[in-house]
Amino acid sequence: MAITEEPLALTTGETAAAARPLGALTRPQGGNGWRDWLSTVDHKKIGIMYGVAAMFFFVVGGIEALLIRIQLAAPEGQFLSAEVYNQVFTMHGVTMVFLFVMPLAAAFANYLIPLQIGARDVAFPRLNALSFWIWLSGAIFLNTSWFVGGGGADCGWFCYSPNSGVAFSPSNGVDFYALGLQIAGIASLIGAINLIVTVLNMRAPGMSLFRMPMFTWLMLVTQFLLLFALPVITVALFLLMFDRLFDAQFFNPETGGDPLLWQHLFWIFGHPEVYIIILPSFGIISEIIPTFSRKPIFGYSFMVFSGIAIGFMGWGVWAHHMFVSGIGPFSVAAFSLSTMFIAVPTGVKILNWLATMWGGKIRLTTAMLYSVGAVAMFTIGGVSGVTHALAPADTQQTDTYYIVAHFHYVIFGGGVLGLLGGLYFWFPKIFGFMLNETIGKVNFWLILIGFNLTFGPMHVLGLQGMSRRIDTYSPGFGFELWNLVATIGSFTIAAGMLVLFFNIWKSKRDAADLPAPGPDPWDARSLEWSVPSPTPEHNFDTVPVVEGVDEWWHRKYGYDEDKRVVRIATIEEAAQDGSATGVHLPAPSFWPLVLAAGLPLIGYGLIFNLWLCVIGGALTGIAMYSWALEPVDDPDAGHDDHHDDGHDDPDDDPEHATAVTAGAEGGE
Amino acid sequence: MATATLESHDTHDDHGHGTSTGISNTKLAMWTFLGSECLLFGGLISTYLLYKTRRGPGPDNTTIPTDIFDIPFTSVSSFVLLMSSLTMVLALSALTRGDNRATRAWLLTTAMLGGVFIGGQVYEFTAFLREGVGFTHNPASSAFYTLTGFHGVHVSLGIVMLMSLVVASKQGKLTPKNTETVEVVGLYWHFVDVVWIFIFTVIYLIPTE
Repeated sequence: MAITEEPLALTTGETAAAARPLGALTRPQGGNGWRDWLSTVDHKKIGIMYGVAAMFFFVVGGIEALLIRIQLAAPEGQFLSAEVYNQVFTMHGVTMVFLFVMPLAAAFANYLIPLQIGARDVAFPRLNALSFWIWLSGAIFLNTSWFVGGGGADCGWFCYSPNSGVAFSPSNGVDFYALGLQIAGIASLIGAINLIVTVLNMRAPGMSLFRMPMFTWLMLVTQFLLLFALPVITVALFLLMFDRLFDAQFFNPETGGDPLLWQHLFWIFGHPEVYIIILPSFGIISEIIPTFSRKPIFGYSFMVFSGIAIGFMGWGVWAHHMFVSGIGPFSVAAFSLSTMFIAVPTGVKILNWLATMWGGKIRLTTAMLYSVGAVAMFTIGGVSGVTHALAPADTQQTDTYYIVAHFHYVIFGGGVLGLLGGLYFWFPKIFGFMLNETIGKVNFWLILIGFNLTFGPMHVLGLQGMSRRIDTYSPGFGFELWNLVATIGSFTIAAGMLVLFFNIWKSKRDAADLPAPGPDPWDARSLEWSVPSPTPEHNFDTVPVVEGVDEWWHRKYGYDEDKRVVRIATIEEAAQDGSATGVHLPAPSFWPLVLAAGLPLIGYGLIFNLWLCVIGGALTGIAMYSWALEPVDDPDAGHDDHHDDGHDDPDDDPEHATAVTAGAEGGE
Repeated sequence: MATATLESHDTHDDHGHGTSTGISNTKLAMWTFLGSECLLFGGLISTYLLYKTRRGPGPDNTTIPTDIFDIPFTSVSSFVLLMSSLTMVLALSALTRGDNRATRAWLLTTAMLGGVFIGGQVYEFTAFLREGVGFTHNPASSAFYTLTGFHGVHVSLGIVMLMSLVVASKQGKLTPKNTETVEVVGLYWHFVDVVWIFIFTVIYLIPTE
């Protein structure tokens, strides 16, 4: 198809006319520093904010992990009291799952999905901003329990009843847990809806579902898991909250309540949650391994369908977390079997990654090392997972350190290593400079070795009978050596993380002296590498037309008569130049931030003083209506596109016909 | 390098012609959200089913909601709620014809029928409270109030949306070009009605014990 784009005035904000006052908040017009970040609706900036905030909470959760390991380094540890220890391991789990891994995956999803499918933005840019701010307000709310709630929650990240009831957990920590996760859950739900609509609806011409990059595919499966799993924990958290705050009778066994209901609801959410954590990493690995093996992914459709199969089967295994809770032999047998079956699609993925590397021209960059490390570590975690599927073995292993070893191999080994690989891989795309590869390798090996030192010995500790969640242990059980090794390992991981932050700082400093990485430093395969680094605000100068899987690679390479791969275009020839005009982007808005700020106030109100609820509710309500009445696009910008919230006249401006708008946003 | 004509991919077209699926973003988002809501009500209904006959241990809290409810009364208010789906469709139809007065009339009728249902719920709750079966009475009553309460909140939010549409229509902002807005609100409203059929069946029609 021909380029029929007419050069129009650039309306991305810089040249827009004076701001129009909307209530007390003046709409920013770009380039305003911090105001620009607070009001941005650009999916890339939101992705960066997600990433930065997630890394902050990684440090918080990591410090909590170090506190745990200091306490357990030697027998009869006196570093933390039992009460504080309970809070620290609970908040470590909650922080790592909800405030680090999930938002870091969301960071990649936000930044990359529109680029990978050839879209200028997500389907609902302001909802995207809302999702970030709500998540952040929930995260901050949750952590303020240390300061105003009498300590963090102290019932484990799954907060089993009746431990989470007022009788056993009288401080406000669990209230903060219930309300904070509720708030963060709203964010994930909004984000999931937004990304599902984006992937299904905003694909570039020719980008059929089965031409999408693997990362986008697996993120789509992840968003569906979030969509259906979150409401279940929402119900559970409401019941817990009603019990604690309004004396409802759900989980108190003395009055006929059923503590097992919490476990069912939690794990119907919690098991899909495991795949919510791991699938984004699988997607990242599936992008990195083909790139650095210089081969297409082996068995693309197998990779897609095994991802979908994991998505479905993830729902049928939740009760394997409850083998010793007395659910009966039939249930145990059924869930034991279903758990073994779910290893099949996961195994398909492992084999396909290995087959992708087989015979490839492998470049061991830091990103590739992280990916290969993630595959290897995840396989170890997967194998120990299958040993839990055997109910008789699980009866012995459950609630020992063997379980702790297993899920850290899966979540840290598979999930976090993959995400860190993605950080090295996409860093030049996002920030426009490369991370130092030498320091990167030091960073990788420190983390990999530290990881195995920390969690490898926990298999042994578990089989020796060391219970998880104990705050100390007596000498003479043979726990001393392996606990000390694990503590040393955890500090090695911490050192590795410091190297990562040093690497970012040093690479940024050195970047001025090095050549710019250009759009495609890794000679990669998907469309995000066709645009300049860092990505311009409008993503694509012209919307790409897609002709196959690995579209970007096929623009650079073809085949000669002997079916050998030959380069047909240089990166510069194939790339977009980043100078589009007439691209119409949605205007920034403060309302998502204001709306999100109301929610923690409602949370504080429920715990401390109902008047805060009124203030928070009013703030949220005002923000909702102001949002609904605020046009998606700035009317003064001259390209006031119509949208369907019923507050805007259709625009018959002839220019409108050629103005491309990045996102469409519905009514409230 | 292949490029698209910009007109052919105007992603801002909310009436569906520019999206990959042909369904507009807003409508797809509402369907997606309603899929999520199914699991929310699924969890609440499961909780109710588990607890519906759980009386408290003491002599004071043995009464459960199913001992004292009034099926004919709730049947009438259920009928009123279901009729509101009809008036919602009539509102959309009126807007498609461009009849703004009729649109407002039907939207208001829909909101009013929803309001009558909520009023019936408030009456039922107060009647239960007079019998001493409050939220904290026993697990069965906690589950009853939570399930019906969640549904009531959904109906109330729907009423707020309907009234917002009425105001928008008064201001001349609801034109036949915006039928989709009404359609999407309608999707939500119909969903809330359909969920009530399940809840009504589970609580009032399936005998306990």
